[in-house]
Amino acid sequence: MTILEAAHLSIAFGGVRALDDVSLVVDASVVFSIIGPNGAGKTTLFNVISGLYAPLHGRVRLAGEDVTGFAPHRLARRGLSRTFQNLQIFFRMTALENVMVGRHRHESTDILSDLLHLPVVHRQNRGTREAARDALARVGLSEAANRQAGTLPYGALKRLEIARALASEPKVLLLDEPAAGCNLVETQDLDGVIRSIVKDGVTVMLVEHDMRLVMNISDRIHVLANGRTLVEGTVAEVRSNAAVVEAYLGVHGTNEAACAVG
Amino acid sequence: MNVRALMAQRYVGLTVIAAIVVFLPFFFPSAYYYRVAALVLIFALAATGLNLLMGFAGQVSLGHAGFLGIGAYSVAIGATYFAAPPLLCILAGAALSGLVAFGVGRPILRLKGHYLAVATLGFGVLVTIVLTNEAAWTGGPDGMAVPRLVLFARPVRGADAWYWIAAASFLIGATVAQNLSDSPTGRALKAIQDSEVASSMLGIDVSRQKLAAFVISAVFVSVAGSYLSLFNGHITPDISGFFRSIELVTMVVLGGMGSIVGPFVGAAVVVVLPQTLTVLHEYEDMVLGLILMGLMIFLRQGIVPSLAATLAGRRT
Repeated sequence: MTILEAAHLSIAFGGVRALDDVSLVVDASVVFSIIGPNGAGKTTLFNVISGLYAPLHGRVRLAGEDVTGFAPHRLARRGLSRTFQNLQIFFRMTALENVMVGRHRHESTDILSDLLHLPVVHRQNRGTREAARDALARVGLSEAANRQAGTLPYGALKRLEIARALASEPKVLLLDEPAAGCNLVETQDLDGVIRSIVKDGVTVMLVEHDMRLVMNISDRIHVLANGRTLVEGTVAEVRSNAAVVEAYLGVHGTNEAACAVG
Repeated sequence: MNVRALMAQRYVGLTVIAAIVVFLPFFFPSAYYYRVAALVLIFALAATGLNLLMGFAGQVSLGHAGFLGIGAYSVAIGATYFAAPPLLCILAGAALSGLVAFGVGRPILRLKGHYLAVATLGFGVLVTIVLTNEAAWTGGPDGMAVPRLVLFARPVRGADAWYWIAAASFLIGATVAQNLSDSPTGRALKAIQDSEVASSMLGIDVSRQKLAAFVISAVFVSVAGSYLSLFNGHITPDISGFFRSIELVTMVVLGGMGSIVGPFVGAAVVVVLPQTLTVLHEYEDMVLGLILMGLMIFLRQGIVPSLAATLAGRRT
């Protein structure tokens, strides 16, 4: 079943085509990775899919609904969530409160009840806190729950963003370079975390430079270069594709290039 | 930590202020002290409102005294020209302020940082100009007299009565702010302050939440404005002037943004300090300025959060 579909997406910044006629179809409950050299348009693609940029051309469909040009919060309410390459943490809050904000779309109180702290708010706070604790536990951050987010190390913040996104119970989760800045052990933990997310029926779209991670967990890989689709296929197909090797290391890529993608 | 302990911790700030407010009058040697304390509490109510916008949602306003003006003149004009009971005028003023905030906030809350600051400044100036120029209604720059507040069929006289009215109102306001702090809306506002992008990606309608904070803060400030006019018995357009707006911002920042107790402490400093410094005559303003600078340099998160952090032994 198709959960997300992008058709002929194009976007330009000051005359430079950051995305040029990119199309992709993502099945539900898979890991769909997007790779490519720096400046290939990976994060731009994420920004279009998640509503931060409106595409110049093309459509985006989420769970069958045309959501092109929808604001991020409307997409979030339809089950799309994401993390950020450059962290977007609520630094003044504790780790737990960060993840509690992730529950926002499941909270149904109105502002008047909130101001008066009606019993419904109290009940809901309790539920939100429970769910947030569960999400923290899934990424192994239970111990840090009551710590100020600003005091946590980089690797923990990366996982905190995943927990926060998970707390919103997304259908589609966009992870933008989750392994960047993480050490080997942390990255290997990430394999397990992402696998468990997909096992719960969530579709994970992954932008990542760590090829070990990508090759390990992807069901499909979409390769971008200079804003265009180079190739799409399974891990084996992409790994053996000459054009991919070339895009990564230039025309004369040899053994090193093979190492980089394999 | 169990829920009960958490609740206790949550309301500790409120309990402390309530205790201070109830027991402070025992140490008042004269009615003058009631008068100053009532002013502190009225401004604390206004600062609590502005804190919801600045300390929670992280949006600055240099024009909130405009809502002081709307609240004040709603009472003055309503009572003088329409013979409306002051209590009804307070409510009408609050509703009008909320409505104006809604109309003004929609376009200007799209702006960020300095641009928002200048736009809100413009709003405050605009209110002052209208109040000054519509002399037929407002008495122009000389202002107008305000009838007394009537409660339980009795006119409210005396600073002590006003002290208790202001105290009760401020405590209600602080409780509401505390409630908001620990609610989905409050969390959304605090999230917006740290990252609008992340907030929107979690389903928070950022512009709607900012507007809500703007409207609620306007209502708080408007009620405080109504009180000020009833308390003083006379009102001039100065109440909505730029200087008043800056005072409100100073109270919030000095006391500690996002703190529930902060606006109270900030209001106390900004109201009481000039009164005590009058003994210094011509050096009064200079010393006041130096003290404010010193407080911000040494307690840069604001008085309450900085002291709380020091007490907790984790100074940042």
